[in-house]
Amino acid sequence: MKIKALTLAIAATLFTTPLWAETPKSGGNVVVTYQNDVATLDPAIGYDWQNWSMIKSLFGRLMDYKPGTTELVKSLAEDYSVSPDGTVYSFTLVKGVKFQNGRELVASDVKYSLERAVNPKTQSPGAGFFSSIVGYDDVASGKSETLSGIKVIDDQHLTITLSAPNATFLHIMAINFASVVPKEAVEKWGADFGKHPVGSGAFSLANWQLGQKLELVKNPDYFQKGLPYVDKITFEIGQDPTVALLRLQKGEVDIAGDGVPPAQFLQFKNDAASKSLVVTGNQLQTGYVTLKTTLPPFDNLKVRQAVNMAISKERIVRIINGRAVPANQPLPPAMPGYDTQYKGLPYDVEGARKLLADAGFAKGFDTELYVMNTDPQPRIAQSIQQDLAKVGIRVQIKSLAQANVIAAGSSKDQAPMVWSGGMAWIADFPDPSNFYGPILGCSGAVDGGWNWALYCNKALDERAAKADAMAAPEQQAERTEAWKKIFTDVMADAPWVPIFNEQRFTVRSKRMGGDDALYVDPVHVPVNYDYIWVK
Amino acid sequence: MNTLKALLRRPTVAVCLVFIAAVVVLAVLAPWLTPFDPDEQFVEGLSLEGAPLAPATPYWMGTDLLGRDLFSRLIFGARTSLFIGLLANGMAVLIGTLVGLTAGFVRGWLGSALMRLTDLMMAFPALLLAIALSAIFQPSVWIVAMVIAMVNWVQIARVIHAETVALSARDFVAVERTLGASSLRILFSHLLPHLLPTILVWATLGISTTVLLEATLSYLGVGVQPPTPSWGNIIFESQTYFTSAPWLVFIPGAAIILLSLAFNLVGDALRDELDPTLKGRR
Amino acid sequence: MLPFICRRVGYALLILLGVTLITYLLLFLLPADPARQIAGRSATPEVVAAIRAQLGLDQPFYHQYLSYLGNLLHGDLGRSYIQRTAVSELIGARLRPSLELMAAGIGFELLIGISLGMLAALKRDSLADKLLMAFSFVGVSAPQFIAAMLFLYFFAVQLGWFPLGGYGGASHLILPALTLGLLGSGWYSRMVRSSMIEVLHQDFIRTARAKGLSRARVVFVHVLPNAIVPVIPMIGIDIGVFMGGLVVVESVFGWPGIGQLAWQSIQQVDIPVIVGVTTLSAVAIVLGNLLADLVIPLVDPRIDIKRH
Repeated sequence: MKIKALTLAIAATLFTTPLWAETPKSGGNVVVTYQNDVATLDPAIGYDWQNWSMIKSLFGRLMDYKPGTTELVKSLAEDYSVSPDGTVYSFTLVKGVKFQNGRELVASDVKYSLERAVNPKTQSPGAGFFSSIVGYDDVASGKSETLSGIKVIDDQHLTITLSAPNATFLHIMAINFASVVPKEAVEKWGADFGKHPVGSGAFSLANWQLGQKLELVKNPDYFQKGLPYVDKITFEIGQDPTVALLRLQKGEVDIAGDGVPPAQFLQFKNDAASKSLVVTGNQLQTGYVTLKTTLPPFDNLKVRQAVNMAISKERIVRIINGRAVPANQPLPPAMPGYDTQYKGLPYDVEGARKLLADAGFAKGFDTELYVMNTDPQPRIAQSIQQDLAKVGIRVQIKSLAQANVIAAGSSKDQAPMVWSGGMAWIADFPDPSNFYGPILGCSGAVDGGWNWALYCNKALDERAAKADAMAAPEQQAERTEAWKKIFTDVMADAPWVPIFNEQRFTVRSKRMGGDDALYVDPVHVPVNYDYIWVK
Repeated sequence: MNTLKALLRRPTVAVCLVFIAAVVVLAVLAPWLTPFDPDEQFVEGLSLEGAPLAPATPYWMGTDLLGRDLFSRLIFGARTSLFIGLLANGMAVLIGTLVGLTAGFVRGWLGSALMRLTDLMMAFPALLLAIALSAIFQPSVWIVAMVIAMVNWVQIARVIHAETVALSARDFVAVERTLGASSLRILFSHLLPHLLPTILVWATLGISTTVLLEATLSYLGVGVQPPTPSWGNIIFESQTYFTSAPWLVFIPGAAIILLSLAFNLVGDALRDELDPTLKGRR
Repeated sequence: MLPFICRRVGYALLILLGVTLITYLLLFLLPADPARQIAGRSATPEVVAAIRAQLGLDQPFYHQYLSYLGNLLHGDLGRSYIQRTAVSELIGARLRPSLELMAAGIGFELLIGISLGMLAALKRDSLADKLLMAFSFVGVSAPQFIAAMLFLYFFAVQLGWFPLGGYGGASHLILPALTLGLLGSGWYSRMVRSSMIEVLHQDFIRTARAKGLSRARVVFVHVLPNAIVPVIPMIGIDIGVFMGGLVVVESVFGWPGIGQLAWQSIQQVDIPVIVGVTTLSAVAIVLGNLLADLVIPLVDPRIDIKRH
């Protein structure tokens, strides 16, 4: 409850402060650098660090978030209402919104876009998010191409019927996969639509040289008057983060999209001039070690608790130069439902040894820790290895390519311990249920799932389903409490060792204006391009 | 033995041999020579903010990003790099010699097939093949050695094949045949001894390549598993810090270059000594 | 001559076929699942299965391989799983930087290698000769990534003479090309040296000197053209080696070439791209070898083509 009020208060201050502190100026060109190429700008498919916020700026969705915050606001939906039983949402669209090809956006476009995302032919990673819409099963299995639950009433009105009330539905309408696309452009470009995106967002794609750069230009017909502020954004690809930083200091680059590389971090932090260029933000992220609850000896609760107590999270945070905050529960602090009072299991080597002895492992045991083979993950794994050696647990490290770790993680008889760094888990939308289902729920504890602890607690699953059914606005406080308890009860079973919550650091040049929160936007990751401006 | 004496008479080669011997001794006696446990992450080994320490006492070469003593890791790393280098090279030489010998001696369809296989393997980009193989088999010291061997045997096979073909055409082989010697006997008692110099030269030169390849694979993150140190993976872990902690990259780097260089020089000199006609005039 | 060329070309095609087969087989053996990579974190197992079916990954090996071959013959290298673009487009976009780097790299190799080899041959057995040969040894003994990082550190970070990596004009190209050139020059300088020494002992050189021609004229007009001949086939092989081996240099200097593409696609199990890049590299290697094989008999009449 307090968190929500606090978030609202912060959001309110954030939103109003820029208005009297400085007035945004229109115009200007911005240069952003990234190391890795943008895979695709197709909103139904795009799911990586670079393209997530680009897609948000190229396309529109029914709902969106207040800039720099996790608070939902209406976007393409001018208004909406929910039926008393919580299963039917009626949306009224803003009139006169235009796609970048000139055509006006209507309700049938929304229906088309959602059906496209669910259709297996599109190969969308986000198809599963729409499972609550009636008709989902038929489309997902290929039996039909239309979602029977979406009804277009006229150009400005549509209703979406859910199979059961779902508290996360509005978040789903704000996620990239629900972006509205024009059918004729998709059909014209086919599989190449991702390289020639046409949306209704604040920017449109002017130019894309594969592997080198992309240019986004201001959409003059954007339905939100006055936005965006900048005229053009040039994304330079293939830039090494260290190089990007040096160029930023020289004034050639405005935003270093990949942040501060670890090596430069300490120098930057301690230098007065550079310190002001860095914006620190929290992410909806937790790094954790999964313990395979079905594989002995991790099927023993005492052993899992001992592992929790043997690992020094402070030391790990020090190894990554303080770029994270130690964690004691699955949810990150920025997520509603985070329990600020929860203490978790303390760092206690003697206590861990005692627990192991109680469990019958006074002499310790041998096990394996899987980790992704890009720096700094192997280093973190080695720190964990040394800590566990002190209590007699002899860990062999398996440092493999990401795809291989993921494959082993969900398998029944492999990967007793997995360090999630570099792979999991960041929330797709700012709601606690997104941190439960895939990684701690029974549905994820299958071969090919992301619940690498193979943790399945049916009672908690039921409570989770009940919490998600509390869709009404007056139930929200109760819902947050319910989720808070679910996660702390998960920790009682200790299927994980939560290690830290990574912070995000974006570097922007002196001439970039706009509130700090825009540069570490928790939803428009990493930067909210619609609202930044050039001084 | 005459060869060894001849080699030692050349000053550069003598220096190289001494260097190699020193590295071997260090590697073998590592557990007794290092001041610290190479895997121990010292809390005092990192600054308060987690930065590695520059070379100073008590850490003669500074510490790495986990607070471990670089000098100790370097010496233990010699073990790994040398072991893999020798093992991989040994396997490569063995496979290459077998293939080349068989193909050159037996000829016919088997010989052709083997040489086609060799051509096929040569067409593969070596590094990509090594990376792909490392992804299929979970890397361990043995797997890394095997992967390197898989990529390196081809050169030796070709050379041995050419030599065997040339040798087989010589008179003494024809004579042995008419005398009724079995093929196997000809192969082992007569051909192999003549091939030994070539095998030896390529074996020595090959160690240089395998050491480099192991370093490159570890640098890309697909080599030896942590926490086992190898000169390549020390660099892999530290590469993003090379502007603020350059000793972590350049000290192991220098070690790799020196070892590889030593083997190259020795191999080259061996080639000169054992068969002057191979290189033409000096 | 023509039957020889035909046979070699036909043989080369067979090798390429073998390469695609083995690459496909190796990737089939990878324990990683590309469908899961594409599906990402929040996909349900049904979505993953749907993606797998869409990509045809649930088909048996021979079925997948044969359909790939079929497409290949139509010039279709497939679509990248991760980038959702035609593989040919991805490779095409990066081909030019790779070719630029390769050309500049080989250019530097030849420039440095031939000059040093020449100098060493002319000053045979002197201290200069020994130092130059030692330098060539160091070059071939150094791992590429060390040399690359060293040069980047000194010339770009400390001295600031060059930009810190990235793609652009000549200033961006020089450092990576120089790295490759310095390291690879060793092979060329040694070959040029021994070849020149041999030529210098030939009778016609002695005649030219006796006729009173200046040393420089003799060296550049008569010795060098003959001495360089064995280098030509080496260039062919080098082209092949370069195509597959630029991964490290491109990664250190942030050069947007094919090596970077190969490395990223292996990490992400992007099978169509991996097979495409491997095939391309194999083509380059085979072509390079073919060129070298064809050139050798032309320059050295002692070798009888018909016997091959």
